[in-house]
Amino acid sequence: MSARNPGTELDLGSISRVQVNQPAVIRHAEQIQSRRTVKKDWQAAWLLRAVTCIDLTTLSGDDTPSNIHRLCYKAKHPIREDLLRAMNMHDKGITTAAVCVYPARVADAVKALKAAGCNIPVASVATGFPAAQTPLKTKLEEIRIAVEDGAREIDIVINRTLVLTGQWEGLYEEIHQFRQACGDAHMKTILGTGELGSLTNVYKASMVAMMAGADFIKTSTGKEAVNATLPVGIVMVRAVRDFYWKTGNKVGFKPAGGIRSAKDALTWLILMKEELGDEWLKPDLFRLGASTLLADIERQIYHHVTGRYAAYHDLPMA
Amino acid sequence: MAGAAGGRPSVWDIYSSMEYGPAPEGAGPAQAWLETHGRSFGHFVAGKWWKPEGRETASDTNPATGELLATTLQGEPEDVEAAVQAATKAFEAWSRLPCHARARHLHNMARTIQKHQRLLALLESLDTGKPIGEVRDRDAPLVVRHFYHHAGWAQLMGTEMGGWKPLGVVAAVVTWNSPLLPLAWKICPALAMGNTMVLLPPPRARLSALLLAELGAQAGLPPGVLNVLTGEGALAGGLAAHPGVDAVAVAGSVEVGRSLRRATAGGGPRLSLQLGGDTLAIVFDSADLDGAAVGLSDAVSCQRGLAPGPGALLLVQEAVAGALLQRLKMRLGQLRVGDPLDKAMDGGALADEAQRGAIETYVEEARAEGAEIFQAWAALPARGPFYPPTLITGVASTSRCVREEILGPVLVVLPFRTAKEAVVLGNHRPSGLAASVWTENLPLAMEVAQSLQVGTVWINGQNFFDAAAGVGGTKESGNGRDGGKEGLYEYVRPSWQSRPRPGPTELDYKTFAASYGADPPSVPGHSGVACPELEENMPRVDRTYKLYYGGAQKRPEGMASLPVLDPAGNVLAYVADGSAKDIRNAVEAAHKAAPGWGKRAAHTRAQVLYYVAENLELRREEVASRLGALTGAPPEEARREVDLGLERLFHWAACCDKSGGVMQETPLHGTTLRLCQPLGVVGVACPDEHPLLSFLSLLAPAVARGNAVVVVPSPRYPLPALDLCQIFDTSDVPGGVVNIVTGNRDHLSRTLVQHQDVQAMWYFGSPQGSQFVEWASAGNLKRTWVSHGAPRRWEDPAQGAGEEFLYQATQCKNIWIPMGEIFAN
Repeated sequence: MSARNPGTELDLGSISRVQVNQPAVIRHAEQIQSRRTVKKDWQAAWLLRAVTCIDLTTLSGDDTPSNIHRLCYKAKHPIREDLLRAMNMHDKGITTAAVCVYPARVADAVKALKAAGCNIPVASVATGFPAAQTPLKTKLEEIRIAVEDGAREIDIVINRTLVLTGQWEGLYEEIHQFRQACGDAHMKTILGTGELGSLTNVYKASMVAMMAGADFIKTSTGKEAVNATLPVGIVMVRAVRDFYWKTGNKVGFKPAGGIRSAKDALTWLILMKEELGDEWLKPDLFRLGASTLLADIERQIYHHVTGRYAAYHDLPMA
Repeated sequence: MAGAAGGRPSVWDIYSSMEYGPAPEGAGPAQAWLETHGRSFGHFVAGKWWKPEGRETASDTNPATGELLATTLQGEPEDVEAAVQAATKAFEAWSRLPCHARARHLHNMARTIQKHQRLLALLESLDTGKPIGEVRDRDAPLVVRHFYHHAGWAQLMGTEMGGWKPLGVVAAVVTWNSPLLPLAWKICPALAMGNTMVLLPPPRARLSALLLAELGAQAGLPPGVLNVLTGEGALAGGLAAHPGVDAVAVAGSVEVGRSLRRATAGGGPRLSLQLGGDTLAIVFDSADLDGAAVGLSDAVSCQRGLAPGPGALLLVQEAVAGALLQRLKMRLGQLRVGDPLDKAMDGGALADEAQRGAIETYVEEARAEGAEIFQAWAALPARGPFYPPTLITGVASTSRCVREEILGPVLVVLPFRTAKEAVVLGNHRPSGLAASVWTENLPLAMEVAQSLQVGTVWINGQNFFDAAAGVGGTKESGNGRDGGKEGLYEYVRPSWQSRPRPGPTELDYKTFAASYGADPPSVPGHSGVACPELEENMPRVDRTYKLYYGGAQKRPEGMASLPVLDPAGNVLAYVADGSAKDIRNAVEAAHKAAPGWGKRAAHTRAQVLYYVAENLELRREEVASRLGALTGAPPEEARREVDLGLERLFHWAACCDKSGGVMQETPLHGTTLRLCQPLGVVGVACPDEHPLLSFLSLLAPAVARGNAVVVVPSPRYPLPALDLCQIFDTSDVPGGVVNIVTGNRDHLSRTLVQHQDVQAMWYFGSPQGSQFVEWASAGNLKRTWVSHGAPRRWEDPAQGAGEEFLYQATQCKNIWIPMGEIFAN
């Protein structure tokens, strides 16, 4: 990951007057999808880059050591070796960016990745994921335990109540405390955008999170009714850019929830390139939170290399 | 396979650089169509390809590569004759078809075009250098939409356009570089209303018109309904002035508009002008600046605007200028300009090197004046007629790049301080095409949208188009409208009217009605000169008619009078002999009054007109007897004229609050409003017939719809108008709304029509005067409505108070207001 975001004092003045025009954002989202495309080798290369940005995720009630173990091995070998070899990409260290699990499964993931002999970080959701309706005290404790168990990245989720009631100082204060609890672990801040009421709130919450020291801002838990949509992403990356222009600190962006197709992944990469530039196309500043996305990317790569459409059983499952 | 030789980047290279790659669209279908025609095209006349002997040919090339696409004919004047004849012949049957049959034809054409949309898009992109993505995603679907929408108007003509009939043969002259959409703008309403057409596509991009004609034939359009001639621009004048052409619809430059206005003056065809002018963008400190920056970069890169070219004049509120420019520069740097057939390009090729050179001249001139120039060179291909997206800041409003339209991807930036200043700066231009207004402040957005003198306003957006909302401009951008119901009126005439055929005469425009005091002198001692009558040994007080402007009686600047004779030839009274200076004063007074009057609540305007009627009724007998004395009309007839005048006042008072606009059903998520706004100051030259009724019939609609008028009453019968001044004064008509200047009609009309700040001229006089008015209106391209010397029956409501008057008294503005804030949960 890149240099940490030290955060800033809370500066409400700079965001109080911001108004995001939703129709304009939606039009921009449509334009990004229709105006840019990558084909052939470019598509394959971009998809491989997308793979390296994936936080390969399982967040289910029925997670057990065995499926966590499988997930970790898939993280290390996201694309079939022979397919990578055909593109001369087998020795380029293509793995996913991280695996992402619940706090109670961090230890399983750390163990599995160690066994697989790789240095892929484990990310843990925390702070009463997904609803964040647990006491602050237990939220902080949850972070500390996950870090103790070996999580190097913590995906905290913000308190939507504070946003919807306009308590920006309270929000800043909470996230700031989360950040301290994270210690050396990088903090991704999930906004739960589907529950924030407006794009203007999405922008403001993004800015407050970054001021409070978020290393990444992330769209959704994947459990809200509306997750990572392109308009939300546009607003959040604009906030990332504005924060960078203001402070010189680069904060990463992670769309998560509902990203399933290789085409979706390309669209998100295009958005990052257009709005923030090439620097934000690497895992230190860009992540895709996804569970089934990888399977579709691998199938597209299979098709690119072989000219045939793959059956799901042609490719190892996560 | 990846990593191949020959300079192609390997997957690893791309993985490392994360560059975009090429995404070419195969031109196969377009090339195949060209091959099918042997890459050699004739005219398309009477449903067939037609290659008259001995014509020269012109090469149609791909501007991006210089590759030859096909050769087309350089039409000659005889070809015009044949095409007009074919269209005239076809008109017979086409105009008589039942509405439903024409609706089927247009519907079938929409279907046929839709089936070949890809071919049409590829051909237009190849021929014009416009990016394929833009043509494919925006232009071509819009063309199809126009045909479907107008198939609907064809179906509904009988019910929705009662009282109107087709014009006849419409010539469409398109000179814009990208003709596909403008062609559809013209073809659809013209055909839907039962006209037949001759198209003249731009000399440099002729192919889409030819394809459209062929598709029309394939769709079963009767031969001769849609004809295409190709040739150089010079052909346009001959086509427009051809006596068989009943209307000329133009999409071209201001200069083309002017020359066609002059070429058709006095000939009787209708002229619908869709001219140039750059887009205006106003960004307020309350705007979503990122939204604005995206919209503006779109306006810079795309040739899809209303205007013939991309680019815009950007007014930005000083407080946010820095923040906006920072965002804009970032966006312009992200734009991709290059191979028009690449699906991922924002900008394509210019028409040619000459266009590139012209843009460069403007930019370099601005640089020499000390302007700061930002250009996104990175995006540009090494060769070909391309120009980088450019931002010019630090210029003054006197600079040429601000005053003139640059046909290129250039955004010129001017700062402003207040909303009031923004509107003034925005309107302080000879053109008035379209504007985008960026603010999250709704009251501000709506006020600015109302105040801008343009045909289209987009709130927080840019370049929204749809067949259901007319496009067109104001001032030098031409006042034609294409699309929506408002666009239909360009292609119809009132049912009672036949096409005026005055036969243009040789008129010396320099001297026509130029001299003041040309009328017979009114020297004392002249036979029949009246002296005040004696009544019971007391002389009656001398009544001197003066001019009436600014709400007061004024003596003429020339200090001279003209006699008004009764039917027996005796002098009945003297009226002021108005001169150019009086017109100047009256126009000034009208301008003072017009903005306030236009903003008055419709109800208030109606009340004023009712009050005029009320006061006229009080003096009914007196006005009627004076009218009788003047014209010799028997008392019954005179009284009837007064009564009809009263009815006219009631009619237009009633219309005050019922025709201000409607909501247009466009696909926009939000609201598209059509406002029917006043024109400003309208010059009116009244006819001699029914002097009271015609005066009121012309004055009332103009005033009802919020215009201020400068009226030249009938020179022969000026008294009824002057008698009404007292009534205006006592009926709360604000000073300056109605101004009356008596004198020589043609001389005064000459001054009015040559006045750059008169927005429209209505002339009901001689054929020569009509011809002059049309010719001289080319100066500021004001709207004209002339009689060509043909009388009308003012007492007939269809002729004296039809929808035509409403059309002439207003101009349409479409305001696009997107909506949306509700989000997710």
